[in-house]
Amino acid sequence: MNTVQSCPHKVPGTEGAPCRLCRIEVDNLSVTLGGQTLLRDVSLHIHCGELTALIGTNGAGKTTLLRALLGQVEYKGTVRHLTADGRPAADIRTGYVPQQLEFDRSSPVTIMDFLACSLSRRAVFLGVGKKTRERAMTALARTHCEKLADRPLGALSGGELQRVLLALALTPQPDLLILDEPVSGVDQNGLETFYQTVDELKHRNHMAILLVSHDLDVVERYADRVVLMQGGVIKQGSPEVVFDSPEFEQVFYTRGGRA
Amino acid sequence: MNTIYALMDALLPFEWLHYTFMKNALLAILLITPLFGMLGTMAVDNKMAFFSDALGHSALTGIAIGVVLGVGSQMVSMLVFGILWAVLITFVKHNSKMSADTIISVFSSTSIALGLVILARGGAFAKYSSYLVGDVLSVTAGDLAGLLVTLLVTAVAWGMLFNPLLLTSVNAPLAQSRGVRAKLTEYAFTVIVAVAVMMSIRWVGVMLINSLLILPAAASRNVARNAAWYMRLSVLIALCCGVAGLVLSYYLNTSAGAAIVLCAAAVYFVTLPLRRK
Repeated sequence: MNTVQSCPHKVPGTEGAPCRLCRIEVDNLSVTLGGQTLLRDVSLHIHCGELTALIGTNGAGKTTLLRALLGQVEYKGTVRHLTADGRPAADIRTGYVPQQLEFDRSSPVTIMDFLACSLSRRAVFLGVGKKTRERAMTALARTHCEKLADRPLGALSGGELQRVLLALALTPQPDLLILDEPVSGVDQNGLETFYQTVDELKHRNHMAILLVSHDLDVVERYADRVVLMQGGVIKQGSPEVVFDSPEFEQVFYTRGGRA
Repeated sequence: MNTIYALMDALLPFEWLHYTFMKNALLAILLITPLFGMLGTMAVDNKMAFFSDALGHSALTGIAIGVVLGVGSQMVSMLVFGILWAVLITFVKHNSKMSADTIISVFSSTSIALGLVILARGGAFAKYSSYLVGDVLSVTAGDLAGLLVTLLVTAVAWGMLFNPLLLTSVNAPLAQSRGVRAKLTEYAFTVIVAVAVMMSIRWVGVMLINSLLILPAAASRNVARNAAWYMRLSVLIALCCGVAGLVLSYYLNTSAGAAIVLCAAAVYFVTLPLRRK
């Protein structure tokens, strides 16, 4: 794999200031849980201003890799966050949009409560402060869901919920955005809106985006790089290269059609 | 204490408040019910109703161990055992593939049986049966101080724990990505619930303690439209039902704890139709 020595990208609108995080280098990352090896020797680079898609069948280790990058599971190997000139990037911010949530939909928690919980230290039962409310509204505006602010979390449709989660993941502005099957079970309209927003973010804010998706059409259209996984990385490169590879054929076609 | 009694006589000149034990009971209820109204919200949101039930049952073993060890104050052995038990259940829950309700059930029945075996030795159980139903009328001024401290400490801890708990109840990995230490938060919460349960078990009783935790929050959910009102109404419902239950029990000459729980159940059923569809 080629190691890029300097970041070719500049953050738009900042007069050429280099981005805080240029790339994440993952080397020989392995995850073993309860004696079972979930991931073996994963090596890949994730770049700013690019959408990297992880694809593979269920149980291929995609979510495990995300959780390792989020620091939520123990792993062997190294994950290095680097700046444009190859130095370690200090305290990078990661935004995370989980898979479709399973939570108690009857809880009287509004979108505002939910955002305020993570944006402010003040206990939400004391009421949401004016500043926090403004911050939350700004966040919601980024994904066009200001109108949802006072709706209960449990009353949102799948697509609305994912847009709210994306709004939260973008506040404060992350250097790395991790999307774990963010729109499974969302209708076609919701899906398009979601990915257009993500695409805009990539161009305008120049963040690194890591996406897990089963929707290969979406991956083909929006991804800059594709990583095919099966217990480890079995193929990576541009969408064309990966989609035309024998490995891809073996994973997705021998089981009867595209997943 | 006498100042408080005098003040109560002046402000609340009711017949049922004439006796000192009723004054103490009222004060105890004003301290216990907000505590449970508060904690109940997140116990319900984190699907811990069964867990807190198991904790209440574990008090029996706590008392028994206190008796065996001859610990001067049963309170100490109950507190220590309750906290250890809560941490142990949570630990096993995290580190086992068995479903949570099975694990909790195993722990719950073990602690009841162990407590009964020890306490019933030599036919002495009758002496401790008051722990099963509780007796809020036997609260002393000294006990009130303990309850006050518990309420104050819990309220402060609650101010710090509420947001992380709420976030974790929606999605733990998401909460972690926002800097919440999800496991630590859960352990802290279980310890607080354990302390609250153990501090109040003598007045509320093993059989009723869990209803006091769950019912006000469940009723509040029927009407609350956001997290702030969820919490406020839960505390308010707990308080009102506490006082109403105490007064009712005085005039009906029955168990105060049970009357309180019945009041809370009534509020729950009355508010049930108001639930947003």
